[in-house]
Amino acid sequence: MSAPANDVQDYVGFDTITQQMERKFLKRGFNLNVILVGESGMGKSTLVNSIFASHLIDTQGRRAAQEVIRKTTEIAPVTQMLEENGVRVKLTIVDTPGFGDQCNNEGCWVPVIKYIKDQHAAYLERELKPNRERIIVDTRVHACLYFLNPGSRGLRPLDVEVLKRLTEVTNVIPVIAKSDSMTIEERTAFKRHIKEELAFHRIMLFPYASDDDADDDRVLNASIRELIPFAVVGSEEVIEVEGKLIRGRRHGWGVINIFDETHSDFVHLRNFMLRTHLSDLIEVTSQRHYEQFRTSQLRQIKELRAQQAAAAASGGAPPVPTQAQPQVPISVMQHQPMAQV
Amino acid sequence: MAPSAPSINSTMSSRMATPRPSSYRYKSEKRGMTYNIMLVGQSGLGRRTFLNTLCEREVISPPDAPNPETANVADPMRFDTYEVNLEEEGTRISLTVIDTPGFGDGLNNTDCFKQLQDYIEAQFDEVLVEESRIKRNRRYRDHRIHTLIYFITPTGHSLRELDIELIRRLGEYVNIIPVIGRADSLTVEELATFKQNVMRDIDYYKLPLYNFCWDESDSEALKENREIMDYTPFSVVTCDEVIDNEFGAVRVRRYPWGSIEVDDEGQCDFALLRYILLNSHIADLINFTEDVLYENYRTKKLEVGGFAEGEGGDEEDDDEEDEQVLSTSKKD
Repeated sequence: MSAPANDVQDYVGFDTITQQMERKFLKRGFNLNVILVGESGMGKSTLVNSIFASHLIDTQGRRAAQEVIRKTTEIAPVTQMLEENGVRVKLTIVDTPGFGDQCNNEGCWVPVIKYIKDQHAAYLERELKPNRERIIVDTRVHACLYFLNPGSRGLRPLDVEVLKRLTEVTNVIPVIAKSDSMTIEERTAFKRHIKEELAFHRIMLFPYASDDDADDDRVLNASIRELIPFAVVGSEEVIEVEGKLIRGRRHGWGVINIFDETHSDFVHLRNFMLRTHLSDLIEVTSQRHYEQFRTSQLRQIKELRAQQAAAAASGGAPPVPTQAQPQVPISVMQHQPMAQV
Repeated sequence: MAPSAPSINSTMSSRMATPRPSSYRYKSEKRGMTYNIMLVGQSGLGRRTFLNTLCEREVISPPDAPNPETANVADPMRFDTYEVNLEEEGTRISLTVIDTPGFGDGLNNTDCFKQLQDYIEAQFDEVLVEESRIKRNRRYRDHRIHTLIYFITPTGHSLRELDIELIRRLGEYVNIIPVIGRADSLTVEELATFKQNVMRDIDYYKLPLYNFCWDESDSEALKENREIMDYTPFSVVTCDEVIDNEFGAVRVRRYPWGSIEVDDEGQCDFALLRYILLNSHIADLINFTEDVLYENYRTKKLEVGGFAEGEGGDEEDDDEEDEQVLSTSKKD
């Protein structure tokens, strides 16, 4: 008879959790919601179609003379299912036709901010239901691509107003989409001015400093911050150059390859959004922007209820609320134990 | 009742039967032809480099770095005047260019059109007053705007509200020539489509651009002018950088994927536009301004009562004399 084999079993096996999670994730898939903010003709639809390598949205720009000029900013979400190596994503691209296109652009950002807040509100409402769904459908905006105007030397007044408000409710990534009309020197100067202006006006962009956990995160995030705003060129066209097929634009004086890092930051933007920071974009939306929204909403509700209770106790009519009405209806809050608020 | 402004594109040939010699086209051998161009467009579309490239020298130097503190505040629109003496094929031109930084750059730009209109009308008013003086100033400099170059953003779609409003509001006071700024952001196909879309909008909204074909008397010129109109809006690429190559000094914009020479007619319409502005059509543009646009304005103004007989202007003797001159000349 042979000697008994060792049976100490030091290896526990909890390291397989990553595979277990991956399997769960593969089964469930995930939602990704991106909003595009910029004047028409800045290259929004071409860029997003290039990033996801499929024709997701059509341009909403006015082409035919009979098409009416929009008077306000419209919100136009388009949802598609994409799949890559078994991973499914429900991708919603929200275009904002009409933004910044009028002679008078005061308030053109209001429908955009409202849409983003409405998604937070919808999520909060579902979350607060006593019998809530196991997995709440996530329509919250995970990323906002903000399109800067090439040729301006820095931020325009409209950019400052809108970026201040957008960065309070979502992750903002500024891009220059049609950067093929800027020389390298112009781009460098432009990025420098933008960074100074963003810092001066205290406009906080994703990735946030608080997310720099590990050293390599910090290094990566620092290099991303160096690049911002991303000077990119988008294209859905495949053209042939010396026998090779590339995705790019053909001008009379040269051909632009969107994947060439010396031509544009496209590769860096795509990798940033999809290959390195995708899960961060989703997580930070939930942990930072949604939490801020939730806290302020619940506080408003709590104050409102306190006022109503005080008025009821003193026998008078319920007071007219002086501050902003909370977006989440109070009825949803009925069963919420006060201690948690 | 004031006559409505005549449709510029329709009845011009009949009004132009006998061009009236203008006593204010002061063509002196010393000073050169008086020629005033206005540049209008949002910032970043290349007005400054257009002027420098047009005059082949640095008329406006590059601006200072923008101040971060004022990024959120739009500068009010200004009228910056630059005077340049040019010589084009033997003709001396005393060129004045008025740049309008601040146009369309704010949150609310609805005021810009009125400011531009007021400025252009003010130049007409000056001439109106000067014309009716008994003792005219021999050295009078005519500041009427002969051409307004309007820079369109190269969206690739069609005209925006700002563009439509500008042309609609100012077309009856000044010759408007539309150009596509930063045209190097469009491919050849995109440019062709964009030009088509823009011209469709011009037709649809009946926007009063300068009609190169207003003088139908010369059929040769008319044919040439029809061809020129096909280029509208003119695609423009301009820059400050000048390098030396085997052909001499050339203006180029250099990209990692190639260089574009500004003067190359195959790459953009700048060279053609320059020729039109400073050589072939300079007389036409000045004539149309003086003999049609100004005359229309003058008629409207006098009928409405800006300088009506016996009304107002009692502050100075000069004005009274002017009115008498005006009322006698009207009896002719």
